[in-house]
Amino acid sequence: MATPLLGQRVKRKEDPRLIQGRGHYVDDIQLPGMLHMAFTRSLHAHARIGSIRVAAAKAAPGVVAVYTGQDIQGQLGWVPCAAGIEGLKVPRHSCLAIDKVCYVGEPVAAVVAASGYAARDAADLIEVDYEPLPAVVNPEKALAKESPVIHEELGDNVAFVAKLAGGDCASLEADKTLKVIKARFINQRLAPVSMETRGVVANYSPGEDLLTVWSSTQVPHILKTQLAIMNSLDEARCRVIAPEVGGGFGSKLNVYGEEGMACLASRRLGRPVKWIEGRRENLQATIHGRDQINELEVYVRPDGKVVGLKCSIIADLGAYHQLLTPAIPTLTALMILGCYNIPNVFVQTTGVFTNKMATDAYRGAGRPEATYIIERVMDLVAHELNMDPVDVRMKNFPSPDDFPLALPTGVTYDTANYQRSLKKVLKAAGYSRLRKEQERLRKKGKYLGIGLSTYVEICAMGPSSRMPAGGWEFGEVRIDPTGKVTVLSGTSPHGQGEETSFAQIVADGLGIPYDDVTVYHGDTFQVPMGIGTFGSRTTAVGGTAIYQAMGRLKKKMARIAAHQLGVKPGELVFRDRRIETEDGQKSIGFAEVVAEAIFAKQLPPGIDPGLHEHSVFEPSNYTFPFGAHVAVVEVDGETGEIRLRNYYAVDDCGRVLNPMLVDGQIHGGVAQAVGQALWEELVYDENGQLITGSLMDYAVPKAHQFCWFETQNTETRTPVNPLGVKGVGEAGTIGATPAVVNAVVDALKPFGVRHIDMPLKPEKIWRILKQGVRN
Amino acid sequence: MKIKVKVNGAWREDEVEPRLLLVHYLRDVAGLTGTHIGCETSICGACTVLVNGEAVKSCTLFAVQADGAEILTIEGLAPDGQLHPLQQGFWEEHGLQCGFCTPGMILASYQLLKRNPHPSPEEIRQGLEGNLCRCTGYQHIVKAVEWAAARMSS
Ligand code: FES
Ligand code: FES
Repeated sequence: MATPLLGQRVKRKEDPRLIQGRGHYVDDIQLPGMLHMAFTRSLHAHARIGSIRVAAAKAAPGVVAVYTGQDIQGQLGWVPCAAGIEGLKVPRHSCLAIDKVCYVGEPVAAVVAASGYAARDAADLIEVDYEPLPAVVNPEKALAKESPVIHEELGDNVAFVAKLAGGDCASLEADKTLKVIKARFINQRLAPVSMETRGVVANYSPGEDLLTVWSSTQVPHILKTQLAIMNSLDEARCRVIAPEVGGGFGSKLNVYGEEGMACLASRRLGRPVKWIEGRRENLQATIHGRDQINELEVYVRPDGKVVGLKCSIIADLGAYHQLLTPAIPTLTALMILGCYNIPNVFVQTTGVFTNKMATDAYRGAGRPEATYIIERVMDLVAHELNMDPVDVRMKNFPSPDDFPLALPTGVTYDTANYQRSLKKVLKAAGYSRLRKEQERLRKKGKYLGIGLSTYVEICAMGPSSRMPAGGWEFGEVRIDPTGKVTVLSGTSPHGQGEETSFAQIVADGLGIPYDDVTVYHGDTFQVPMGIGTFGSRTTAVGGTAIYQAMGRLKKKMARIAAHQLGVKPGELVFRDRRIETEDGQKSIGFAEVVAEAIFAKQLPPGIDPGLHEHSVFEPSNYTFPFGAHVAVVEVDGETGEIRLRNYYAVDDCGRVLNPMLVDGQIHGGVAQAVGQALWEELVYDENGQLITGSLMDYAVPKAHQFCWFETQNTETRTPVNPLGVKGVGEAGTIGATPAVVNAVVDALKPFGVRHIDMPLKPEKIWRILKQGVRN
Repeated sequence: MKIKVKVNGAWREDEVEPRLLLVHYLRDVAGLTGTHIGCETSICGACTVLVNGEAVKSCTLFAVQADGAEILTIEGLAPDGQLHPLQQGFWEEHGLQCGFCTPGMILASYQLLKRNPHPSPEEIRQGLEGNLCRCTGYQHIVKAVEWAAARMSS
């Protein structure tokens, strides 16, 4: 019998085309008569637009059309926001600025020309008269009465205030036996930086009245609906295709003004229009991530048990809402308790407009911030009570028997064993040995730091009742007359490798070779419905839809086979290209049953011809993957340089379908998390100019900056879906940042350091080493 | 201006604008879209190709500067369908996720192994300093290059 593929390290189906340069990303699409679009963008963070002079651009060689905000008003819908928050203020967000610009990089005009070079040249010829207004870039200043107001019609810069309360924090204030620990953390603004920037090709074909859009997106179906609305087209007249997508990390879980503009231009001109984002544009005008200020009060018993947590989150939303902008910081509130059942919690989240690009979902999306808060808090508790950070965590973990565990934040964790993953990672790291080494080195004036993070994340998004646009997923399995299998998914993977894991599920389930299964996704004409790839949902939710569709197909095939074999359908198993009784006595070839089902010569009564089933899976809950990480760093006492010496990760993402893919997700996630801890930061100056506008200034980590990541898994399956899969796409990014920061703070303990804000650049550390801390 | 270049073993002649970047020539004129553009400012390495055997970021060169040169792009690495050990290594060791950096990574690794057939993991990391990958965290790329090095020297 063939060994099952699930759980095996199966090589990827995606790779042969990609390693030969034969995949097709958006910029690889060439259509006859195709035109190219470029944007003129705001140089000001906040300014009124006077006149816009476009004559020179219109007269430039190759230029076909020029559009300004005035030209498109009423012709193209607003850039949409799907977040549903009570009392949320939603500013109008035009695809091209109309009378005012609110951040550097905001599109002001679009040029369409015969080539990309011609379009970019002409975009530079457009002259815009600006009347600069005072800009506000600091969210705390934006809250002040005297602050400039970005959207005058909304009254002030507060987009929303949301409160989340559980238990009774107020009662803790009177309890004098409790220690109160206060802290303020800044979670800096980051850029997702997928290596492929954004891009879109829109092709409106007037004959068919059909708009076809290729976009580098994570959510083709959502994009189709939104582009149809923006362009006042029936959805049946709009097709979106996500071709090969070169990474997204949340930044392509969105609907952007440039996509709307490409559609408008193609509709007006009746020709295909391509726009490919430059890297500078990508850093200016693709959504940013994180950017929160967290003020905390933590109530702790003398034995280290945390009994209350109060937090104020000031979330810098930027100038406008993108698709999920205001929803992201509310996820921080939801997950702020981490792995600890702290009975009393109060979180106030204030979303603030500033003159910057919108923040939105960047890998982890609100949960890295939550994990950072609670895992830094655990270390602060250890620091203040002079306890080992391991003991503080063990003290506060719920027992594995407590699950499902309803938390005062309103979420119910499915399954976990936090003690097990922590013990496992401590063993891998040789924790007690490390502590001894640290002590030895300190005596020699060398600074080794050991940092822990025990995280839990909220994944497999999610129950439709909690999601802005539904949280189900669509899957379809069909068997063609030759016995080969086609799988369709409403998800839209872009590097995660689900062509592989979905094929593993189906090949195993049907007892056929892996090579007989082909997986398609990303085309709204091919896949009737879908939500997309984000929130670590693709395998847990999308894979389950496929698994269920396959189950229906197997039921039908078993009935046909049983009819032929004279047995009951329930007695049959699918294995080695046969459908047979467990003992193998009665057996029929898979291909024979397929032929019977499709050619329909002797179908049992009540069975329709064909092998073609779909399913929509609606999860009853999120899943809650968890894990424990240890970072070991060396701090150079002379230069302040930090070297990540070792990294150990134990992650539990439920059942592992392909350990190679899981490892890859963890590595990539950890790398991005370490990037946030040590190097990455988007910086605007006080006038709202983006200082880190190129890859020279924005520090995407390189290969030599990392150590070897030692990864392991534990497997605690979830009952939320029949596969037992929890999700792993964001785990590394969520778990790793506090481990690294905790390690550096731990290294600098002899200097009295209690907290340092990220990124932990050598200069910051050097100052502490030379000048001591100012606490 | 007229240029003559040998791309993946075949000579071709084209009329190009003097300011046309080599990467755009390869992608838009020669139709070889396996060479990608990640920054256009010679930082990311996605556009890496071999020019006369040297790994070059093709966004830093004008097409006219390559006049007379021999160029190898990712499409030319497995001419008869037989994967190059580096391609095979990236497949075996999960050296790619979204695949956007991959052609550049493979060609940069090609040069690396030519100069140093038995690199240590540290040397591989240093050698790929000019190529960014946002997906993999690089570890599987290091393994992929080690895989290829082992096969190529045996
Ligand atoms: S595109 Fe040439 S180095 Fe980035
Ligand atoms: S695999 Fe996506 S950037 Fe390297």
